[in-house]
This record gives sequence, structure tokens and C-alpha cells, in this order.
Amino acid sequence: MRIGVVTFPGSLDDRDAQQAVRSCGGDAVALWYADADLKGVDAVVLPGGFSYGDYLRCGAVAHRAPVMSAVTAFVAEGGPVLGICNGFQVLCEAGLLPGALTRNEGLRFVCRDVALTIETADTAWTRAFSPGQVAIIPAKHGEGRYVADADTLDALEAEDRVVARYAAGCNPNGSLRDIAGVTNAARNVVGLMPHPEHAVDETLIGGIDGRGFFQSVMQGTPATSPA
Amino acid sequence: MTDQIRSDVTFPPDETLTPERARELGHELGLRGDEYDRIVGTLHRTPTVAELGMYSVMWSEHCSYKSSKIHLRQLAASAPWIVAGPGENAGVVDVGDGLAVAFKIESHNHPSFVEPVQGAMTGVGGILRDIFTMGARPIAVMDPLRFGDPGGWTDGAGRHHEPDPLQRRLIDGVVRGVGFYGNCVGVANIGGETVFDDTYAGNPLVNVLAIGVMQRDRLQLARAEAPGHLAVLLGSATGRDGIGGASVLASQEFDEGLEAKRPNVQVGDPFAEKLLIECCLELYERDLISGIQDMGAAGIACSTSELASAASMGMDVDLDAVHLREPSMESWEILCSESQERMLALVDPDEVTEVLAIAERWGVPASVIGEVVEGDALVLRRRGEVVADLPARSLADEGPTYDRAQQRPSSLDDYAAIDAESVATDQLAGGDLDAFALAFLASPNVASKRWVYEQYDQHVQAGTVLGPGMGDAGVVRLPGSRRAVACATDGNGRYCELDPAEGTKRIVAEAYRNVVCVGARPLGTTNCLNFGNPERPEIMWQLATSIAAMAEACAALGVPVTGGNVSLYNETKGAAIHPTPVIGILGVLEDAGDAIGAAYENENDLVFLLGAPTKEGLAGSDLQRYLGLPLGGVLAPTDLELEAVIGEVLQLAAREGYVSSAHDVSGGGLLATLAESCAAGAIGVEVAIDTGLSPAQLLCSESPGRVVVTVASEHVRELAQLCADAGVALTDIGTVGGERLIIRDVIDLPLEEVETALLGGLAATLDG
Repeated sequence: MRIGVVTFPGSLDDRDAQQAVRSCGGDAVALWYADADLKGVDAVVLPGGFSYGDYLRCGAVAHRAPVMSAVTAFVAEGGPVLGICNGFQVLCEAGLLPGALTRNEGLRFVCRDVALTIETADTAWTRAFSPGQVAIIPAKHGEGRYVADADTLDALEAEDRVVARYAAGCNPNGSLRDIAGVTNAARNVVGLMPHPEHAVDETLIGGIDGRGFFQSVMQGTPATSPA
Repeated sequence: MTDQIRSDVTFPPDETLTPERARELGHELGLRGDEYDRIVGTLHRTPTVAELGMYSVMWSEHCSYKSSKIHLRQLAASAPWIVAGPGENAGVVDVGDGLAVAFKIESHNHPSFVEPVQGAMTGVGGILRDIFTMGARPIAVMDPLRFGDPGGWTDGAGRHHEPDPLQRRLIDGVVRGVGFYGNCVGVANIGGETVFDDTYAGNPLVNVLAIGVMQRDRLQLARAEAPGHLAVLLGSATGRDGIGGASVLASQEFDEGLEAKRPNVQVGDPFAEKLLIECCLELYERDLISGIQDMGAAGIACSTSELASAASMGMDVDLDAVHLREPSMESWEILCSESQERMLALVDPDEVTEVLAIAERWGVPASVIGEVVEGDALVLRRRGEVVADLPARSLADEGPTYDRAQQRPSSLDDYAAIDAESVATDQLAGGDLDAFALAFLASPNVASKRWVYEQYDQHVQAGTVLGPGMGDAGVVRLPGSRRAVACATDGNGRYCELDPAEGTKRIVAEAYRNVVCVGARPLGTTNCLNFGNPERPEIMWQLATSIAAMAEACAALGVPVTGGNVSLYNETKGAAIHPTPVIGILGVLEDAGDAIGAAYENENDLVFLLGAPTKEGLAGSDLQRYLGLPLGGVLAPTDLELEAVIGEVLQLAAREGYVSSAHDVSGGGLLATLAESCAAGAIGVEVAIDTGLSPAQLLCSESPGRVVVTVASEHVRELAQLCADAGVALTDIGTVGGERLIIRDVIDLPLEEVETALLGGLAATLDG
């Protein structure tokens, strides 16, 4: 499976995501922010980092890059897209996922391994998990507090679109309802604040619980759109 | 002055000075009278404004090393694996597999005191540029930090230390600055130190070490060897920020008027640096660069003169071509600006179009500002007229050097007269050793620095094998290789205040020991010498004594010095900091999977003390400070031969897989060592130690040469044989397991309370 990883100016975990894709058995394809061309990939990862330095609201500049028009079209066709950390912020800015990520409640950058409860296996990126499964994944961000209005949060929960929550006592940023990741209505787009690409190699810190996200998308058929 | 004074050259009126005014201006810029005379002697005429500006920064202590140079010469060392040594932007060592690793430590003490966030940010940015100037991709940083006491805690004498808002502001700002820059530029933080001591209350130390990796044959040099090649300024626009920043701030002590110095502090832009890194690495990859130098202190003056001087060439530079933030800048301001995130690259004219296209692709502003020429003259023009014309080497390599007077401080005898070793048990929480242990472990200097390193990205670039708090050294795997490098930084101002020679040896040995504990083969040393005002003979004696001891220790341990940084004038209102050399030692592991952490791993592993027996060692110790006792005592000598043998044993043991964990005994003593390994592994330990020493010594002695290792029972025989062959003592002291930290007949604590104290102590102090 060919998985594209977009590099925006200031993307940092782009080569890491490529390495994770390869280590899980996929072919990683480098995509460039200025080209509205996905090179025919089967899935796309928007990686972590500080696109444009995060000097403006995170993701506010990157989501206007030419590549994002191609990503939006890809999403409309049901193509699987995973936004990690800054990539999640970009997806929210692009309107491909609901809600927003604001400054951590503690007003500090936080880097620590967090326990996530996988809430749904019915997405392109989590089908290798079972609901309720706990995965330890490193989080590292200064602006990762997931917020949305109550109606949106209720709808996300009602539609089983909360992908992962921070386990009890592990919420590092004050995210509402402990939400660590969400999916869109078509269930092909997932945004996740912690970094599964940093949990794929047993020699490195971070563990290997992140492999499931990449293995999920490589299991083949894209998630189908519910009603 | 016997040299003939030339009068046949003219300069624009606004650059021309009378001899009297020139001398006066030189003085205002920090040039001594004899230094000014030396300039006139070199030029055979009165210098222009631009020239005076350039000489004043290039001949500042920060840029010229004028007080330390003659002493640093004894650090010149060589080994077959050293690719680049002292004098280059960073040391480079061959780590095998066709790879080379660049590493260096630098200080940003003064700017960080004036403006902690920006000071720390630009400290990180500057050391990263030193690394990628060599051709290497920066892969890790470490940050040895020293502040005054933050307060908000109660010491072992029962004295409550009131929260100190200034120290807290500095701590918060520096950690935010180190974090934001490193996080935003995408380089993992793999360790460091954080020390709190009153000696740094008026002068914090912000040192940053960076590590980078490259293909060995991609080494870049800061030499302008090809006449006709063009000088391309890559990176941010040149502005008025930081004029005389490093060179002025770092070359004098502080008195009043901190706020007035704020404009001297540079402003960091990590996003610009990230783009500059990627741009430069692509230029190296395509072999488009014939020489390159970063612009830090003294900006264009420094980079042009150093490039030219290193190759005995000259350079013509057109200052009108420099992309400026403010067009109204004077020539000397352009030359001396310390605007960050800039590089000067030398490029074949036939390839300059390609270079500019790559820069544009990365969004890096670039302008062609000059050309390498035969001869030795650095000629700078503005608006078509020459504003400076001087021998490049006179700026870069022929600055003044001083053999300053030295005097052994008499206070050393006073320190030595103090009995540091007789600490009675009832001085430890009235003899309640469990209560003492928890409070000591929670105290700011002993507690885990998790509060600090959780603000740093430890994962980015997917190479971290051991992050902060996980092993005695940080370990990072090299991209595309099984190999990893390990690095540890150590300093101890209290030891060096008592005895700069023995103190320095001890910290070199500690850094070495930390690197071998993770199983790596130590290859080289970098150092950051943080001292007071060298014009005072006592300070100069400390500096010279420390350098000599470092040379001796590094030679004995086979870890040549590959470079470093000298930070002098670390004083405020006439009070110098304790002499604080900080040592960074880098080593290599052939297989990243062999790295040994400090965490206890397996129930029933056996615990051994490897190396020297525990001896009296409370002089200058953390316990002495915690109890509020006067700094004093005599440091026991470090047995460098033993340390080297311990190093051999631990490397072999790691490679053969004999040990599950290794953690040396240093600050905080055996109590801290055991508690840290328990907390890291979330498992208990029970040991029994028969030393005949008092509980204070048993728990908190910092006597050198000791490592605690844990070993699975099936490997005990092999490790014992290894130690016997090497002549290193191996003493069985206990067993890993359970949920208590027990030192029989001394302390018995639930693991949970140990974790709360050790891991949460600093957060409770700083956030509480």
C-alpha cells in the first residue's frame, strides 16, 4: 500500500511517519505542500510538527496550501486520511474534522506517554483495534486541547465518532470529554493528537502500540460511509 | 607607534574619525588602549567607524578567547577517530558505518538573564547552527541549566525557603525558550541537568549541547579556498536586533541596568531555522557549497573574516546587497548585527542559480553579497564606497591574547578546614531516616527533573533510545543505521569551588561513567567553561587550574577534547559564580539495542555495587547543601585508572547483555541512585550494605568510582568473571523486586511514596 506523507514548511514528524509506514509494511511516498498532487497514493498522513512555526493559530496557514485541495478531493472520494497532532489541527482548520485544538489547559508544552482508550474500530485507521482496547502512545504538544460546542460533542458521541479518549487520569491538555481523536461522518478521516508514528519501534522510546493505526489502513478496503 | 601612518586612503565622511575620536569610540566599544594601538598598527591609519565596530566585537572576550586561548592549547588532542577538533564550529568524530557525528556545547548565560525566553531560544538556535554548519543534521539537544534557589520548599535544617519570583521567572522562561525552539525546529531533547544554587541567583547558566549526524564524506569546512566563488547570505534579514549581543553581553559582568541591555538580546525564529537547516542540508547533498560559516556573534564581520582567514584569502563584500530589515542601518550595524538564523555560504558562480532556486523552494531569503578574492584583504563597500579594508586574519586570528595573572584563592584553605564528613544521624530529620529520605528526594536538586523535560519533545526524528531520566546518558540511534550515540553532560560548581583541579577531574570522570553506564564507547569531550571575571587573578587561577585538570582527565580516559566554549564574566555586582566547567562526553554504541537504561527491570535481578567501595564523600555534596551546612571539606581524589577500567567492563557487559540496568552513584549518593532506578522501573529493591559508615555517608556520600548494576541470575557468573579479570570489585548488595525501597537497617519506604517524592518533588516546588 502506498501511503503519502505531506511535508509542509515546518513539518517535523514527516520523515518519522514515513519510517513508521515502512516499518509497518507500507510504501511511504513523500508529498510536498506546494504541489496539488497526491501521486496516486492509497492513503495520506498529515504529520506532526510546527507548520509555519505555529506562529499563527496552528494549522491556519498550512490548510491553505495547494496540497490541501487535493487532500479535500481525496477525502470526498473516500480516501483515508490521518492527521497527527499538527496534522489534526490542519484537518480541523480545513473543515474536514469538527472542533478545534486550543492551548493546553496547563499552558505548557507536554511530552509524555499517555494511555488511550480506542473508542471505535469502525474507521479506516483503527480497524485493527477492538473497542475499549488501551494503547500507550506518546503525546507531545502545546496546543492539543480538543474543544467543540456541546451539540457537536454530543453528536460525535452519538455517532460513535470519538476515535480515542485519554484514559482516566491521563488527559494531558484538558481536552473536553477526554477526547484524543475524532473521525468524520464518512469515517475515512481521523485526527489524533498523540503520535502513533512514535510508537512503532521497540528499540526506541514510546513502545509499539502505534503500529495498529498504520496496520488498520493497510488492511485494505476503505471504511464505508454510514448513512 | 613605530609603524608608518598611511594617509593615502579616504573613506566616506560618516565613516571617518579623527584619531582622538577613534580612540574614544574604541574605548566606548570595550577596546583597551593597547588594543586600539594594535588596530592602528595593523591598518597604519585611523580605523573607520565600521572597522572599529568589527574589531571591537571580534576582539571581545566572547569571540577571541583572549583570556583563555593560551590555556586552551593544552586541550589540543588527537585520536584516529577525530574528524574535526578544536577551532572548528563543532567537534566531529567518526562513529563507523561511514557516519560522523558533530557535537558541541555552548553557553547563553548573559542573554538568558536579561531576557530568559529569547536568551534560551537563541542559545539553542546558535548551537544548532554550529552543528549544521559542519554538514550534519542536528538530531538531539541537551540542556545543562543552573539557576538560583526557586524557593517554595523546606530544607533539611527545617528552614523554609520563600518562593523567589525572579528565579521562578528565569526558570520558567529559560525552560520555555529551550522547549519552544527545540520543539519547533524539531530536534529531540535527550537530557541535561538542572541545578539550583544561590551562587547562580544573579547569573544563571544556560548551556546547550547539540549533536548532529552526517555521512563522513559530507563534512563542510568554514574555509574560503576558491577565489571567484560567491558569498551567499542565506536566511533571515539582517536587523538591528542583538547588535553586540553575545560579544558585548557575554564579555562583561552585570551591574545595574538589565532592562537597558534588552535590545542587545537577539530574537529567535525557530521556523526560519528549520527552513534554513533543510535548505543547507539539500545544498550539501547536491555538493553545491565550497565553504560555509554560520552567523552568530558578530554576524557578517565574523563570518566573512573567518572564512577568508582560514584559507589565507580575502573577500570583497557589498553591504548594499545584504537583505535588511531596516534600510536605514549604518554599515557598522550591518556588520555587527547578530540577527539570528543566517549562514554565509560560498558557491561556484556557475551554480549560484541552482543554489538560489533551492533556497527559494525552502522559503529561505538569499542574496549574493560578495566574492572570494586572492590576497588577504577583507574589503567592504556601502553605496559604492569602501567603508572597511583590513586584513581578514587580523580580525579573526590575530586578536590579542593575554596571559593574565593568577592567584590561588585563600578561601580554598578555609574550605579545606571544614569538617564535611561528620554529619550526625540526628541531623537527618532528627534521626527519622525514612522521613529524611523522602524529603531529601523531593528537594529541588535531588528530585527528578521531569517538570523540565516534559516540556521538551523527546521523540522527534524517531531516534531516541534513552530519553531524559531513562539512563545515565541520552541515547539516540543514527538514521539508517543500527548504531547509536550516547551523550552525558555533567558539571558541579560546588566541587570546583572547593578544588577546581579535583572537581574538574571528578566531573570528567562522571560524564565518562555516565556514557559507559549505557554501554557506549566514549569518543570525545566538549566543554563549556563558565567562570567569573578573568581579570581577577583568583578567577583566572580557577580557570587555568580547571583547564589543566580537564586536559589530564580527558587524556587519562581517552576522550580527547574536540571543542567547546568559554563563558567568562559570570558575575553580578562583583560576585562571581562558583567555577562551573560543564563537560559533555559523547560515545558510540554499535547496536542501539544494546543500550542499558537506569530503570530496574526484572523481579529477582541481583543488585551489585561495581567499582570502588563507598567511602566518605560529603564535601560539596547535595546533602551538605540540603542541610544548610557551609560549603566545605576536601574532595577525595578521583581514581582515573579505575574509572577507565570500569568503563571497559561496562561496555563489554552491555554488549554481551550481562546487565539489565546500570546507574552511577553521584549527586545525592546511593539513596538517589536506588530511588531513581526504582521510580524509573516502577519496581522496588532491597539492599543491605555493610560499610561501617554513618547513615549520612551510606546514603548520601558522593565518593566517585561507583556504579550500581542489576543482573539476571544467569549472567552473574559471567559478570563476576569479567570484573575479576579486570580487577574491578563487584559487591552483591541485594535484589530487585517488591514494592518497597529498603536499605536494611536504614530505610524502608513504600515505592509509591518514593515515586511521589522523587518524580513529583520539583513540580510541587515550582507549581505549588
